[in-house]
Amino acid sequence: MGMTMTQKILAAAAGLPEVKAGQLIEADLDLVLGNDITTPVAIHEMDKFATDGVFHKDKIALVMDHFVPNKDIKSAQHCKCVREFACRHEISNYFDVGEMGIEHALLPEKGLTVAGDVIIGADSHTCTYGALGAFSTGVGSTDMAAGMATGKAWFKVPSAIKFNIVGKPSKWVSGKDVILHIIGMIGVDGALYKSMEFTGDGIKNLSMDDRFTIANMAIEAGGKNGIFPVDEIAAAYLKGHSKREYKVYEADEDAEYDETYTIDLSELKPTVAFPHLPENTKTIDEVGDVAIDQVVIGSCTNGRLDDLRIAAKILKGKKVAKGIRCIVIPATQRIYLEAMEEGLLRTFVEAGAVVSAPTCGPCLGGYMGILAEGERCVSTTNRNFVGRMGHVESEVYLASPAVAAASAITGKISAPEE
Amino acid sequence: MKASGTVFKYGDNVDTDVIIPARYLNSSDPKELAQHCMEDIDKEFVHKVKAGDLIVADKNFGCGSSREHAPIAIKAAGVSCVIAETFARIFYRNAINIGLPIIECKEASKGIADGDEVEVDFDSGIITNKTKGTTFQGQAFPEFMQKIIRAEGLVNYINQKQKEEAGESR
Repeated sequence: MGMTMTQKILAAAAGLPEVKAGQLIEADLDLVLGNDITTPVAIHEMDKFATDGVFHKDKIALVMDHFVPNKDIKSAQHCKCVREFACRHEISNYFDVGEMGIEHALLPEKGLTVAGDVIIGADSHTCTYGALGAFSTGVGSTDMAAGMATGKAWFKVPSAIKFNIVGKPSKWVSGKDVILHIIGMIGVDGALYKSMEFTGDGIKNLSMDDRFTIANMAIEAGGKNGIFPVDEIAAAYLKGHSKREYKVYEADEDAEYDETYTIDLSELKPTVAFPHLPENTKTIDEVGDVAIDQVVIGSCTNGRLDDLRIAAKILKGKKVAKGIRCIVIPATQRIYLEAMEEGLLRTFVEAGAVVSAPTCGPCLGGYMGILAEGERCVSTTNRNFVGRMGHVESEVYLASPAVAAASAITGKISAPEE
Repeated sequence: MKASGTVFKYGDNVDTDVIIPARYLNSSDPKELAQHCMEDIDKEFVHKVKAGDLIVADKNFGCGSSREHAPIAIKAAGVSCVIAETFARIFYRNAINIGLPIIECKEASKGIADGDEVEVDFDSGIITNKTKGTTFQGQAFPEFMQKIIRAEGLVNYINQKQKEEAGESR
């Protein structure tokens, strides 16, 4: 029987001719990732290992992005701990303030994640790199520690759900709307333990930034990974960003899928996930009157250049509504620079938005935009759980950069056309 | 090995943000994390929980963030076992890796209420609701995972394995 794209990558990394869903394997890792929250816990676990050192100083990436520039003394202690570890083990891909960006935007940009890789990261949104045809998945700190020490990880080979993407999206429909639509359809555990394999003719109508957004939120459907085939658009991105050789795997024609869905991009509308689960989706015409207090445009889901361009297009020459705080966060230093050179940052500031240095801050209720009791935020981030961005009585509405920017102008959840 | 205690019962999709909110992730100290365990879903939890108590939930327990702080907080709060209909996959891995016993059992999740007294036999996977006088068969772990659990976590398991391999090559 044929293998899915994910199964082929895992088989190669485990040195096996074939693998089957449910099989337990040990795979060689191409990259192990951690951030300023998860790495200190991993370093603590590393101390318990009988052997000293890391498996490969170039195959570990440590990105200080959640609570930096440090929001308080405890966060500073955490970063110090990671900084010293990186120095001690000569970790080449250690990214601190000034070089850092939000990890899942930064690593592809730096060329550290390429097609065919097997990547684990102590951050649930590590599934983002599937957009480039890699197998990548989120793990906890102990798995990260074991990965750093041994260069290996155990996996249960996943079965898969196939999403056959067809058609062309209308003007204001982006990758965010595609993945919110899918999560609304299958639920927050609809892909539990499984791969989400995106394929089909319509993929050529999705930019790399759209694909990163879609793969990024596979975890919000419970998925182990989300993965795209390597087409011309992906190949061009890989060649433009990485000197590393990449390897293209394709699903066998007779690969078996638990389910297959067809998604016609031309039928999708801007989509919003209501509190308190990403599956509580409504299309923009079903939303009704929802007054808001804050807008966040950024994160590993939607802080890339395409996202900022769309938001700027809508905010250009307009003003953020009185009483609304609009926070824009370019995901990396390079995106920040490009947005500056294109004049996007000027557009944001003139509209009355604030532009922040790269950070995960507000997405997880860390800092830089915490919500008070009863407040509502339209956010381009990935989770709208109870208390996610602040007070347990606050509310988060997940949407695309287009909807977020339009809502900032009107002060209520709004369609980009408005 | 057995666990026994009073049950704290929750519903579907208990996410790691409510298990341990990110505002406390500037610490990685288990004792400190335990003081805020379940804070955004059940403010009374930390005041009521006793060593040995159990958490029972419905579908997709531990969804969301990969923060290992979540199972660490639960374990450090004294919880002896988490039973759920299903677990989110990263939480499942993390619980095994740090040695927090978890069991998937749909029937137990449906047949156990908040405040019930429950006993779990980890060797047989049998869950007994002592309050209602009912029993359930929990799903056994694959052998590979049992080895990690017996070693009390992934790091110890890898240390043991490396020691064995070094012994063989001698």
